[in-house]
Amino acid sequence: MIKRVFNISLFSLFCFIFSPPALYSGVIYVGGESNIISIRQALETASDGDIIIIKEGIYKEYNLIVSKKLQIIGENYPVIDGDGKDEIFTVRADGCVFKNLVIKNTGISFLKDIAGIKVENCKNVLIENNIFDNTFFAVYLSGTDSCKIISNNVIGSATSESFSGNGIHLWKCRNILIENNQVSGQRDGIYIEFSTYCKINKNFSYKNLRYGLHFMFSEGNSYVKNTFRQNGAGVAVMYTKNIEMINNSFEDNWGPNSYGLLLKDIDKSYISGNSFRRNTTGIYMEGSNGTTINGNSFFSNGWAIKILGNCYEDSVKNNNFLNNTFDVSTNSSQNSNLFDSNYWDKYYGYDLDKDSFGDVPYRPVSLFSTVAENSPDAMLLLRSFLVDLLDVTEKVFPVFIPETLVDNKPQMKMIYYDKN
Amino acid sequence: MNGHSILKYVFFDIIRNKWLVIYTAVLFALCSGIIYLSRDETKSIASILNIVLIIVPLVSIIFGSMHFYNSKEFIQMLLTQPVKRSAIFKAEYTGIAISLSFGFIIGAVTPLLFTGISKAIFLLLFAGIFLSLIFSAIAFYFSISIDEKVKGIGILLFLWLFFSVLFDGIILLFYLMFSDYPLEKFTIFFTLLNPVDISRIMIILNLDLSALLGYTGATFLKFFGSASGLIITIVSLCLWVIIPVFLANKKFKRKNF
Repeated sequence: MIKRVFNISLFSLFCFIFSPPALYSGVIYVGGESNIISIRQALETASDGDIIIIKEGIYKEYNLIVSKKLQIIGENYPVIDGDGKDEIFTVRADGCVFKNLVIKNTGISFLKDIAGIKVENCKNVLIENNIFDNTFFAVYLSGTDSCKIISNNVIGSATSESFSGNGIHLWKCRNILIENNQVSGQRDGIYIEFSTYCKINKNFSYKNLRYGLHFMFSEGNSYVKNTFRQNGAGVAVMYTKNIEMINNSFEDNWGPNSYGLLLKDIDKSYISGNSFRRNTTGIYMEGSNGTTINGNSFFSNGWAIKILGNCYEDSVKNNNFLNNTFDVSTNSSQNSNLFDSNYWDKYYGYDLDKDSFGDVPYRPVSLFSTVAENSPDAMLLLRSFLVDLLDVTEKVFPVFIPETLVDNKPQMKMIYYDKN
Repeated sequence: MNGHSILKYVFFDIIRNKWLVIYTAVLFALCSGIIYLSRDETKSIASILNIVLIIVPLVSIIFGSMHFYNSKEFIQMLLTQPVKRSAIFKAEYTGIAISLSFGFIIGAVTPLLFTGISKAIFLLLFAGIFLSLIFSAIAFYFSISIDEKVKGIGILLFLWLFFSVLFDGIILLFYLMFSDYPLEKFTIFFTLLNPVDISRIMIILNLDLSALLGYTGATFLKFFGSASGLIITIVSLCLWVIIPVFLANKKFKRKNF
């Protein structure tokens, strides 16, 4: 008993030093030797600013509503198992903290979005180091501000798009930091709608059914150094502007309907330093305007870039194109985008004046890719001798491929970037 | 003298032929060169596929017809002996078919085996052997029916051009003209009419490249990937061997040398 009092007082002292002075916080233990055995009981007895420490064990609880400012911290990863019934935590207070918990088996509903942790209309919530196992939505933020979602591991078991939710879901949020999380087996790994100024860094999103990361109507966000692997499509950015996409890697998004990066109706975005490897389509651009694609690498993709006729004033500069089946394809004979100073492995020009740029312009669109874009069935003639012949003749006398889609300064050597 | 010893004679006669050796050597050099130069196994198989689809039919056609025209006197001599005509035909055709297939296996498949064994390599082997069998049968049919060497080879060269280039051109035209209509079933049927296309699609669908085919690829993969699709493919390739062989044999039996 003395020890416990001592512990509490030490903790209070600690909290006194590190928290706003007006707050007094108590510590409530759940499970183990404590006489509080359920989290619900702890939530009821706790007052604002308290810390709830959950001991190791399995807690079959759901519909836990957190409406006070609490820190809920697990010791040795206690398991909170919703038994497939309903939502587990619903947070409605500012400044809550969730740490070191295992949150498991939420219900599945078609009427409401059930989540492992749902944060509604509040600020400064921290969700760190948790494991979400078989949750419908793992973390769901709705109308929140300045929250942090750090180092969580979301392991979904989605089998079809209509029966599954998203890993980390943002709805009308501002200033959210999503960092170092791993998300797999959900519908969308990370989903962001009507949210602004969010930072998504160093996450690893893989094997999700639809998209690794999905933006809708969300402007001014950035994502940096993430890895998107084996998703239906790596990242989809739709109806948005001013998105920064830097140093990410898009890998193995391979399948009849897969993309590394899907851009639909987006404006003035910046794509730089990313690497696209083994995707069916590296970047698919539809209705994208004023976007800069600078200093990216495209290796071993089916199509490195598919750029549709309704894209204007995009610029593609200083990128490496290596070992792609098609470098660029388009469905239009017009082009109003700029291609400049890229390295193309299929370029066979020469550099007489030794300025490291080829003297002959390079046309990255082949006739066959244009034909296939307009009638997809014709893809069946891939690797046919006829197609190779047509491509060669078209390269010599361009008739069908867009005249202006040309790189006038192709690099002679691969560009090496400083990866920092 | 029986059919067996004729086959033995024909086979050893062809094996001594320098052109077969050159064919094997060129195939070997090209394939090992491609494998050596390209880093990606899928891409090297795809490039070798291109070579196989062009060179194997061409060589089979030319080699088959040249062999027949050149050994006409030998055949006439054999016909004076008490041997069945069909036995002579079988020996000649089998000799050519076996030696061309051997040339192909040694030239194209052995370098690939060094990269490892995969389903695609097996299919490439399968396709190359079938193409050798089919095009040497076609060569036999036309060189039996046409006595003039130049005319016969001319027609055969045109046929080669037709199957490797013009046929695809017709398909492409169809696609462009009828791009608004669903053409999948039609294409499946249409490709079965060309052994070169059957082989190409069969291999591409089994390489990773199949994802590039998108929706069309998905429907095709469903067809060619299913057991019934595979059976239909094999049956149609077999028919492509059996029908020309049967017709050529018939022609040979009735031919007035």
